Amino acid sequence: MELSFLVGGEAGMGVMVSGRILSKAFVRGGYHVFATNEYPSLIRGGHNFYLARVSDEKVWSQVKRVDLLIALDRLTVERHEEKLHGGSVTIIDSRDSKGVEALDHLVEVPMSGIVKKANVPLILRNAVALGAAIAALDYDLNLLFDVMRDTFREKLLEKNVEVARIGYEYVKETYNVSSFRIKLKPIENSKRLFMTGNESIALGALRSGMKIFAAYPMTPASPILHFLARLQKDFDVVVLQPESELAAINIVIGSWFAGVRAMTATSGGGFSLMTEAFGQAGITEIPVVVVLAQRQGPSTGLPTYTSQGDLRFVLHASQGEFPRVIIAPGDIEEAFYLTVEAFNIAERYQLPVVVLVDKYLAESYSSVDPFDLDKAKVVRGDIISGMYEGSEYKRYQLTETGISPVVIPGTKGAVVKVNSSEHDEYGFTCEDPLVVTRMNEKRFKKLELLAKEVETKGLGVRVYGDGEITLIAWGSTKGPILESMRVLLKRGIRIKYVQVVFLSPLPVNSIKTTLRDSNEIIVIENNMTGQLASLLRERVNIVPDHVITKYDGRPFHPEELIMRVEEVI
Amino acid sequence: MKDLSTKAKVRWCPGCGNFAILIAFKRTLIELQIEPERVVAVAGIGCHGRIVDYINVNSIHTIHGRVIPIATGIKLANKDLMVVGFAGDGDAYAIGLGHLPHAARRNIDIKYIVHDNMVFGLTTGQVAPTSPKGMKTRSTPYGSVEEPLNPIAFALACGCTFVARGFSGELEHLKEIFKRALTHRGFAFVDVLQPCVAFNNTYEYFRKRVYKLEEVGHDPTDFKLAMKRALEWGDRVPIGVFYSVEKPTLEDEIPQLCGTPLTLRNISNIDITPAYTYLR
Repeated sequence: MELSFLVGGEAGMGVMVSGRILSKAFVRGGYHVFATNEYPSLIRGGHNFYLARVSDEKVWSQVKRVDLLIALDRLTVERHEEKLHGGSVTIIDSRDSKGVEALDHLVEVPMSGIVKKANVPLILRNAVALGAAIAALDYDLNLLFDVMRDTFREKLLEKNVEVARIGYEYVKETYNVSSFRIKLKPIENSKRLFMTGNESIALGALRSGMKIFAAYPMTPASPILHFLARLQKDFDVVVLQPESELAAINIVIGSWFAGVRAMTATSGGGFSLMTEAFGQAGITEIPVVVVLAQRQGPSTGLPTYTSQGDLRFVLHASQGEFPRVIIAPGDIEEAFYLTVEAFNIAERYQLPVVVLVDKYLAESYSSVDPFDLDKAKVVRGDIISGMYEGSEYKRYQLTETGISPVVIPGTKGAVVKVNSSEHDEYGFTCEDPLVVTRMNEKRFKKLELLAKEVETKGLGVRVYGDGEITLIAWGSTKGPILESMRVLLKRGIRIKYVQVVFLSPLPVNSIKTTLRDSNEIIVIENNMTGQLASLLRERVNIVPDHVITKYDGRPFHPEELIMRVEEVI
Repeated sequence: MKDLSTKAKVRWCPGCGNFAILIAFKRTLIELQIEPERVVAVAGIGCHGRIVDYINVNSIHTIHGRVIPIATGIKLANKDLMVVGFAGDGDAYAIGLGHLPHAARRNIDIKYIVHDNMVFGLTTGQVAPTSPKGMKTRSTPYGSVEEPLNPIAFALACGCTFVARGFSGELEHLKEIFKRALTHRGFAFVDVLQPCVAFNNTYEYFRKRVYKLEEVGHDPTDFKLAMKRALEWGDRVPIGVFYSVEKPTLEDEIPQLCGTPLTLRNISNIDITPAYTYLR
């Protein structure tokens, strides 16, 4: 049982909220849903769409094919007609149907007329369309109403429910819905959640005990700010929108220095501004967690579109040499657990950590089982607060591991001196060549230790499937790759997929081991220059046979990926 | 209480205006009996930055221009700490100027002391935002063509609840200003005229011109009067507290900060399930 639906229209027509509500109605009925969206950098006009895939089994990504098209304007049909097939149903406002009458299974609903007659705002055409969609699929209208009840308040709720019901009844009365091929019946009453990657990251941060979040708005990371701002009082978290990304990351560094877990979130442009402070976190050995949600292009680029173009940037950002950790979740569920991991690593190893995602992962939705909180625990490392009883405290004490015990400022018996200039063990500015050498080595020892932990615990890579052909990739390409593998397997093509989770420290040994038996290595990346491919050449001494890239601001669709893999094998 | 010095050897030019700031600040802490463990000093980049090596309190020597956001993070994390930022005029008025209005708008309870020697000293003598027009430096061999910034008027316009100017040539007076700044509840801004003996020695210039606001009966609660005094420059240069009023601080405005400082809260097993209601 599977459905791929698309809601489209101008910005301001309620496209995204409609898609979300309909998806949630399916999730509540026991379905798995994955949804993604596309919108230009506009507040009104243009063309937005929300594309979702609904199934009774786990779905990893959208597909290009559309079974149900909910067109809030005619442009939506023009833009997406090629994705329709013989069995697809199209729901459109009667006022917009001129020129598209030839479509099979066209459901014309007088949306504008209905809202006018009900004397409700025009935007509620979307609620009419949702009611119509439920009718066309023969789904349970009450599940839609349930979601509406949890989404809208009082008057707005009443109006939504009223016109959705009219839309539903209109379709039931006017069309023979039993002639439509796609039908969905609720499977079970499900407790599954439906969230974006951004929301998953925010939950991970809350679970990690983050108490301060400071961020300057930047697509596609801003929803983290919005979600946390809404939750700040429930979780006793301070959420601040300061004057710039420069301020945001330095506030976060100040917080960690004073013993409070903190985070910032941004995109490439904002991270460009943060780079100096990022290096400061490196040399001062103050932890920091930065979420970087990549978007397409240098400079302003395509602000609302996806890319994996910042890997090399993040690997090298800021002057000088210092250890950094880069973790790339592959899906929305991983984003939660790996954010918790990011906080723990940052604090235990006292270094900067980047959670590297992209617009596709950050703003796409997925149904997710409630998280297993036993697998998401706070581990804080060697921190002393309250009273320090040792001899004169050395913030940068040289130890075997490179990690020095941390005293939180305000602790009796110790004065903590932290320094962005090179420093001696006490934290005093120091230019002595031997001390400089030792301090550099101390900092990099931590990364070596972490690399060992990552390799032994098997955190660095995840391997799926088996075969002589290996796809190797990082981040959000995971969904389309897993979907493609399902199809390729049916065609007799067995594939092993290696997802690199840690880009720094790179799990070199794990990668080598898993690629040992591969006949053919194909790297998949949502960028132009094949940044992981170059990293594999540089660090693992592996030359991939093929690099499949995409850099048009859009994620891979499985259909496209299957074709491109079949082309090269 | 100890004299708050450290094992680090002080490396400023003999006669540097920074000495007076260091001594005045240490005496302030001693006289106000603030425990060193409760103080965090934040310093920026420039000759002044080493001040944190010379005071035995918690400290962070941060990057250029970011004293205010670092101090903000520390204060939010632990409101029980006395957080004092030290910045050079390059830090405060050039690269990091953008933070000042926002710290003022927030009225966060941190102290901000600017070592204003009107020149870039550590980079061997270039023009600064407060350099007088026409000043010849290594980067302005034909004389600066830009008007200097007026830090006091700027701070007032930003809405700082405490605005003062000190002079390194008036150590006792400077200490009294620091004491008032440290006991002010909210964001306190102090610009210190701090001669650079190597590149801009202004001791004699200012000694002849400074006068003390408290000696002329200045009312520091009168904003218009403060602004009028702020615009005085040239033959007579006022020092002292221009403006001091009490307003709610950022800490007052954020209910999440009430009670135990954030840094002491238990984070071991936070229940995130209340957030699930938004996700169904």
